[in-house]
Amino acid sequence: MNIEQQLEGLAGPLPEGITEGVALGTGIADGYDYYDSPVGEVVVTFNPNGVSSLGLASDDFEGYFNHRHGRPLIRAEAPSAWSGRIPSAIEAGTPGTLPVDLRSVTDFQARILRIATTIPKGEVRPYGWLAREAARPGAARAVGSTMARNPIPLIIPCHRVVRSDGTIGAYSLGGPHVKWELLTHEGADPVHLEDLAEHQVRVQGNKSTHIFCNPTCRAIRRSKPENVVPFKSGSAAEASGYRACELCRP
Amino acid sequence: MTMDELTTALAVDLDRAFPDLVKDLGPRLYWGLRRMCGDHQEAEDLTQETFIRAYKALGDFDRQRFDDLRLAPWVWTIALNLGRNHIRDRSRRPLFVEINDHGVEDAELPDERAWDSRFAALNRNQRTAVVLRHVVGLGIGEISETTGRPEGTVKADIHRGLDRLREMMEHEA
Repeated sequence: MNIEQQLEGLAGPLPEGITEGVALGTGIADGYDYYDSPVGEVVVTFNPNGVSSLGLASDDFEGYFNHRHGRPLIRAEAPSAWSGRIPSAIEAGTPGTLPVDLRSVTDFQARILRIATTIPKGEVRPYGWLAREAARPGAARAVGSTMARNPIPLIIPCHRVVRSDGTIGAYSLGGPHVKWELLTHEGADPVHLEDLAEHQVRVQGNKSTHIFCNPTCRAIRRSKPENVVPFKSGSAAEASGYRACELCRP
Repeated sequence: MTMDELTTALAVDLDRAFPDLVKDLGPRLYWGLRRMCGDHQEAEDLTQETFIRAYKALGDFDRQRFDDLRLAPWVWTIALNLGRNHIRDRSRRPLFVEINDHGVEDAELPDERAWDSRFAALNRNQRTAVVLRHVVGLGIGEISETTGRPEGTVKADIHRGLDRLREMMEHEA
């Protein structure tokens, strides 16, 4: 065999792992890994733009992901630049500095989801509150459907968003009981919230400060129980001479 | 699929066609780089990084640039540029690490070490030209386009490189 022929034989097949590395690095495919969460083991997917989705590890997650995002999944470690922030984002229930990829929703929906990340742990807000924060006060229904399409539950805390009547409502990550579990874990008392909703209490005022809040706002929860006054709406509170809390903007 | 068909497919739907580009050019790209740098891990990193850069660049291409594109020399130009910078910065790691750890051993070909030391004995221009011509299978014109060296110089590099390899092999025998 002459040397040219020998040199031609010096190439073999592509070693395994490179094709996957390219698919992940270009974002043609997303990587996925498993994490612990307050509701059990979850799957988190990611690509160079950030974390793209989160689901329960027990579901047919891969099928769901392919259907919704149209990309394949590859088992991988998250990019080392921010992989360490995933467990803390899950525990805190907000992305913080973790990059999130919201290309799977519309710009308006992404805006609503980003507003949801500002709801403090242990508190909840109704659909209408997010609509107002987004300067679209009439869009409460659109907020509801956005929460149902949240691609990254837990990290984008749609579990802290309740229905306009104050009831806890549905939850995409395993159903309403998971939402109850999560809110209890975070110190928002869902039984109490449902009770308030049943009595049509939307906001609560403080008799001594004459400020009214969302019922889970830390300001009203610090108030003495005998000072707390229920109202059916913000405008009813205002009519009684109360002004809105600047922390929770009811 | 021919290179022209692949280029057309990339222009139509980059995400769908790109895995075919990796399948077509990947093996020769990896093994060419492996021969040039003599190291599996470095060749693997460079192969991945080359394709990732190529993907990003193709995303910005317009129709005209796709029409003018000669895929193999273009991809190799990216690879050689990366290779030059890579030597300067060996500390960088790839963005993603796949969890399944496929052994390095299965990437070994017979007589691997002997070829590594023979290639290491060539100067860089000779090594690049010989590898691109005879391991990767590029034409003289394509190598000239990739390396930016005139065709006559490329031919001389290949000729001298092959002579040197033959000499070494005779000595070994």
